[in-house]
Parts: sequence; structure tokens; C-alpha cells
Amino acid sequence: MWDFPLFPEQASSNAQKVDALMLFEVGILLFFTILICVLILVFSLRFRRGARVDRSHPPTHGKAMETVWIIVPLLISIVMFVWSTRLFFELYEAPPDAAEISVVGKQWMWYLQHPQGRAETNELHVPLGQAVKLNMTSQDVIHSFFIPAFRIKQDVLPGRYTSLWFRPTKVGVYDLFCAEYCGTNHSIMIGKVHVMEPADYEQWLSAKGVGPSQAEEGEQLFVQHHCAGCHRGSQTVNAPRLEGVYGKPVPIQKGKDVGFVTADDRYIRDSILMPKSEVVAGYEPLMPSYKDQISEPDLLKIIAYIKSIATRETSQ
Amino acid sequence: MSAPAVVVEDPPEDYLQEHTLKSWLLTTDHKRVGILYMISVTVFFFVGGAAATLMRLELMTPQGDVLATPDAYNRLFTMHGVIMIFFFLVPAIPSVLGNFLLPLMIGARDLAFPKINLLSWYVYMVGGVMGIWIMIFGGVDTGWTFYTPFSTMYSNTMVVTAAVAVFITGFSSILTGLNFIVTVHTMRAPGMTWFRLPLFVWSHYATSLIMVLGTPVLAISVILIALERLFGVGIFDPAIGGDPILFQHLFWFYSHPAVYIMVLPGFAVVSEIIPCFARRPIFGYKFIAFASVAIAVFGFLVWGHHMFVSGQSMYAGTIFSILSFLVAIPSAIKVFNWTATLYKGSLRFDTPMLYALGFIGLFTIGGLTGLMLASLAIDVHVHDTYFVVAHFHYIMVGGTVMAYLGGIHFWWPKISGRMYPEIWGKLSALLVFVGFNLTFFPQFLLGYLGMPRRYYEYRPEFQVLNVMSTAGASILAVGYVLPLFYLLLSLRKPANAGPNPWGATGLEWQVESPPSVHNFHEPVVVTCEPYMYSPEEAEREYAHDQRVHNA
Repeated sequence: MWDFPLFPEQASSNAQKVDALMLFEVGILLFFTILICVLILVFSLRFRRGARVDRSHPPTHGKAMETVWIIVPLLISIVMFVWSTRLFFELYEAPPDAAEISVVGKQWMWYLQHPQGRAETNELHVPLGQAVKLNMTSQDVIHSFFIPAFRIKQDVLPGRYTSLWFRPTKVGVYDLFCAEYCGTNHSIMIGKVHVMEPADYEQWLSAKGVGPSQAEEGEQLFVQHHCAGCHRGSQTVNAPRLEGVYGKPVPIQKGKDVGFVTADDRYIRDSILMPKSEVVAGYEPLMPSYKDQISEPDLLKIIAYIKSIATRETSQ
Repeated sequence: MSAPAVVVEDPPEDYLQEHTLKSWLLTTDHKRVGILYMISVTVFFFVGGAAATLMRLELMTPQGDVLATPDAYNRLFTMHGVIMIFFFLVPAIPSVLGNFLLPLMIGARDLAFPKINLLSWYVYMVGGVMGIWIMIFGGVDTGWTFYTPFSTMYSNTMVVTAAVAVFITGFSSILTGLNFIVTVHTMRAPGMTWFRLPLFVWSHYATSLIMVLGTPVLAISVILIALERLFGVGIFDPAIGGDPILFQHLFWFYSHPAVYIMVLPGFAVVSEIIPCFARRPIFGYKFIAFASVAIAVFGFLVWGHHMFVSGQSMYAGTIFSILSFLVAIPSAIKVFNWTATLYKGSLRFDTPMLYALGFIGLFTIGGLTGLMLASLAIDVHVHDTYFVVAHFHYIMVGGTVMAYLGGIHFWWPKISGRMYPEIWGKLSALLVFVGFNLTFFPQFLLGYLGMPRRYYEYRPEFQVLNVMSTAGASILAVGYVLPLFYLLLSLRKPANAGPNPWGATGLEWQVESPPSVHNFHEPVVVTCEPYMYSPEEAEREYAHDQRVHNA
């Protein structure tokens, strides 16, 4: 109970980099705080009333000095800005080999699903050294996915996808907090991140038997919700085929003009829930909305399926 | 000054002379309105402080054991935030000290719109009473930030009533700001040029600009919240086509500049106290004056630094980050200038000076940790943790409240005509400084360790630091309660302060204490700059006093 850490554990490739910048800034903070305190103390003692010192012509301004104390903070700020912004941009550019894990926040739990199919609640198992990209959304209010040991955090929003990536560097169990206040049980919306040896991770993945992968589940849902009826096969209705679409620009009819939108997670989600808002050029806006019929985790599975057929050729 | 052409032989009647309730509630005297505000912000400060005390007690242990439910805790931190920000920090210095001093400092009889000034207090009280009413009958659990869609769709508490209370209170702020701007432009005594204005007036001028330009945006955002909750119009809720990030933009567009509404008046107070107790002109007058205006302007451009991890574009984050670094520079200028003002002075360490020096130290830490939050990669880690809580308490409590208390002690002789017991004053300054650091410094560590804010229960490894924080809070509480007692007790003595107990040079010290109803008995003409102190003369006087004392 009385264990007393002063520094959080470093368990991701990002953690060391953030800590290095933090130590640099703590150094700056200590330097200036001590400088100001020492100046105040020295002046207070030396120029206290009754002390015999030279008080003639106290300076009322000093261009040179004032210039210095504008330039120095400016330079320090620029260093901090450049350094921290570079780290920040790295955080949002996941390496191409990253494994993608789906995250859905919900009052008050985390639902996570691995691409191989296994889903878990408030527990996240990841292999050591492997980059992991999280695709996150919320089913109700704003939550925030926060792993202190990895120095990462990202808000999880309803109606929108956000993402984040990390590369764990140390085997262990780490806290996963919700950092955005989300209502009554905000403080117990806590999960655990288990960083495992890759072999242990493989074993864990298949421990419950090899189930359908996320994309396979998505395909089942695709059929169940009658998406397949129009978007593939018989073609009784004129709807675009989805093979090879993911990640490509799609022509959208906007009044008389045609604009292009990338078929990413957001676009697919919106097309399922609000199909009339961005209709592919050349098609009629016939599709009904699936709002309130498909849950957030299922939407993620359908997206995973459409992503999995991104490399397939369309028949058109 | 000018020779009295018509001699009015009425005895000078001070503004406190009349005692009827009606004379207070219908007053248009800026000094009396200031006192009305002083009484009300004090009540709200202790209500908000009581909420803070309960929260600190709850957080002494990792389990929830002081308050029965997490809901009770959530309502408590919401009310702590709402009351402290909207009903204490925003109005404290401008409405109490600003109202009282601004006309005196520029040689005016009153503010430009005395009745609007009284109206602003009534508007404030309507909002405040609603705030207390909400607290008693159910409360609000959204946090003072009212983030959507939690506040609009999921919270089943009195969000609409709270939004209306905040909306109403905002008008009080706008009225005060308007009044100050017009007063500074039109009511300055002959000879009181812009660069002869005390820095107190400059800071309040800058503050008023923010109040007038920013507060309407707050009003709009809380009204949109109410509309969304009542009619589901779909502005913020994604389920009906809205955007929750939009609310955050609107909210912080006011609430970040609001931080400067709270702290610029603190700068105002410190810029008066330090030259007086160092007995020398302030260093870099124009730099400090312009820095106030620069902070007010920049303050409007940095709201997005509250949203680095909100899902806003990372390029937007980059712009807000660099602008946030830039806003630190005028603040740094001020800290360096105050410190340089001590050089070659003849320093006295009475209570106001102790508060002012403490302010510089705490504000420095608060400001520099602000740089860490402006640093994108660090902010990602510490956002919404206790690091942020510690940072803004250093600025808003370590800065604003220290300055407010320093100002109350500095001008208490002027306001009440009484001197307070110096030894108790020094003790309170010491307790507040020590208690404050013990309360909030551990929270920086807690935040970096990863303890999120607004947690009713927490991981056991965070306990030691939380216990330290709670211990500090109890010292801080004693430091805050002490002045309430000795300042009130000082009122039982006859007025003994004299017009100018500190030997200060502002116009407000040229009139008797407490000032007469009309402030000045004859027209004021200003012929010199502010802060005409001479350290050498102060030394000569001191040596003379010592000789008299020893003889």
C-alpha cells in the first residue's frame, strides 16, 4: 500500500522519447524557478530596508535586458515546440506492419477485438515488440483511451473513428484508464494491458479455439444484414461492388459536380448509417439506413471485412 | 493642485457612514458595490472551498468511503469548479478591488455607469443563488466543462438550470467589463494620460476586453446545451448529426481567455504591491502594460490546446501548440520585470509583499508547467490527469487567490480605515504558501504517474501522494480562514489607518480612509507618472524613524 513511485514505468517505444523531452523541460523549469527564487532571496536580503547599500538611480527600464528576456524564452519555446511536435506526429503515423485492434468504449467498459477474431472486455493482450494500431470509437459519450506506461492517450468519440498506435517494449501488466470524464462510474472504467512474449500471445489467441477472424465475422454480418444482396452477387439492384474499394478515392455526386472521398473507415461507417449523404456517382440513393440496427462492434467487423477484400479485383 | 474656488464646509463623510439596508441595496457608489461583491465572493469562496475539502478527504484513501456514492463525488467536483470559476475567480479581483479602486486610481467620482454597476451585482447574485439552489436540490454531474454528448444526452441532473445560471452570471461579467472600458476611456482626470495609468488600470482594461468579447461565446454555448437537451436539435449529438468537438471549440473559446480574466487582475495587484514595498518605480512600465494587452489578445488564439487528444486535426494541434508557447512570453516578461523591481529598492516585508512574492514563485511554476502542456507529445500523456489539475491550480489558486489576498491586505486600510494585525497577516501568508505547495505539488507527480482527474476511486499506488495533498489542503484551509477572522475583528476598532499607511503614491492614497462618498473633494489634476517612489528617501525616513524610536 505504501509503495511510492515517482516515475511511471516505461513500457513502449514512445515512453522513453516522451520522458527524455519531459526531463529536458523539467530541467528548464527548475533552472528558471531556482533563478527567480534565488534572485528574489538575494535582492530581499541585500536591499532590505535599513541595509547599507547603493540605491542610487534604480533602473526603470533596460532595452538590452528586456530584449534578452524576450529572445531567450522564445528560443527555448521553439526548441520545445519542434521536439514535441515531431514526437506527436510519430504517434499518429502507424507503421504499415501494425496489427489493427478495434476498441469500443461504452459506459463503463472497454470492448476490444483482435483481427484474428478473439474479443475481450477491459483486458488487452498484445505481443511484445509488435506495433499495434487501435481503431477506436464510442457507443455513447466521449471516453479517452489512456495507457500511462506507454505515454499515450486519445479521446474515443461517438460517431467517429480515432486511432493511435504503440509498440510495447516490456513484458508486464499495465493500467488502462479512461481519462475523459464519462459519468458515474468513470473512475472504475479501468482495464489491463498484458504485454506478452509473441509465442505466449499466439497461444493466448488460440486458447479459446480458433474462431472466425474479425473479417470473417464481418462477412457473416454482411450477409445477415442483406448487404450482400445488393453489393455483390445477383445485382438485382444497381449498387457499387465493394471489392478493391477500401482506401481508394470514390467519386461522389455533389449536385452537378463530382467530388472524391477516400473510402476509409469513416466513409464506410457513414455509408451504412447515413447512406444518402455521400452517394457514389452514377448510383441512385436507394439504400436504407442501418442506424440503430448495427452495433458499434459489428460496424467495426463489417469494416474489417470490406478492408479484407481491398486487394480483390472488382468484377466491373 | 488647484485652489478651491468654492469652499464647501461639509465634513467629509465616508462611504460607510450610512447603515440602513436600503442604503446598501440601492447604492450606486462603486465602493459600496465593491463591498457587496466582497461579501458575496467570500461566501462563494468558502462554499467552493468546503466542496474542495470534502473531495480531498474522499481522496485520502483509494476507495470511495467518505462520500456515499460516486455520483455525490461527481456532483461535488462539478459544483467546486462552477462556483470557484464563475462565482469566485472571475469576479473576485475585478468586481471587488477593481470596482473599488478603478475610479479612485484615475481620479474619477464613480464608474461611467453607476446603475449598471449595481445591476451587475444583482445579475451576479441571481446566477449565484441559482447555483446554490442547484447544489441543494440535486446537483450537476458533468464537470464545469459540460462536455457533450454526456451533458446533453446522458446526464440526468440539472444541467439546463446550471446552464441558465452560468448564462445569467456571464452578463454580470459583460456589464462590469463594459463599465470599466468606458470609464477608462472617458473618466480619466486631466493629466492622467494612458502612460500615467497605474498598471492596475492597464490590466483591468485588458481583462475587460476579454470579458466583453469572450463572455457572449460562453453564453451561446450554454444556451446551445440547453436547447440540445430540451429539444434535441442535434448540434452536438452525433446520433442526430451533431458534432461533440464543436462544443469543445465553443466552450474553450471563452474558457481559455477566461483563465486570463482570472489571472490578469492578479498581475494588476502584484504590479501595485511590489513597487510600493520595494519603494522604487516599477521596472519596465510600458513592457508590463503592453504585455497585459498582448496576453489578452493571444489568449483568444490558443483555445485548441485543451483539445490535442480530442480528435481535432493534428495540424490544428500544431498551430495551437506554437501559439500557446508564444503566450508564455509576455507572461515571462512580467515575472522578470517584477523581480527586477526588487533591485536597488528599499524592501519592506509586510503581508501584501509576502503574498506578492509568493505569487511570483507560484506563478512561475504554473507558467512553466504550462509549457509542458503546450508541448504536444507531453500533453498527450498528461492531458486530463492530475498534472493538469496541479498546473491550473498553480495559476488560478497560487496566482489569482494569492494576489487577491495580497490585494485585500494592501487595500484593507483604504477600504475599511482599519489596520489589520500584521503578525497574523504574515502568518496567513506563510500558511497559504506552504499549504498550497504541499497540496498541489504532489499532484504534478500524480499526474505524470498517470492518475486521471475526476476519479472518485484510484489505484493504491497513488495513495501516498494523495495523503500529502490532503494534508497540505488542511494547512491551506487554516491559511484561508485566518484572514476572515482577523480582518473582521479589525472592524471593531476605530478607523486608525490614516489616508496612506504604506506611503504609497497612487491617487487612491491621496484621499482619506475610508474614502468619502464622492472620492475627491476637489478636482484632481495629475502631473506626474505613477510609482514615483524613491528608495533613498525611504531609507532616510527609515533612519529618522529609528532615531526617534531609539531616543
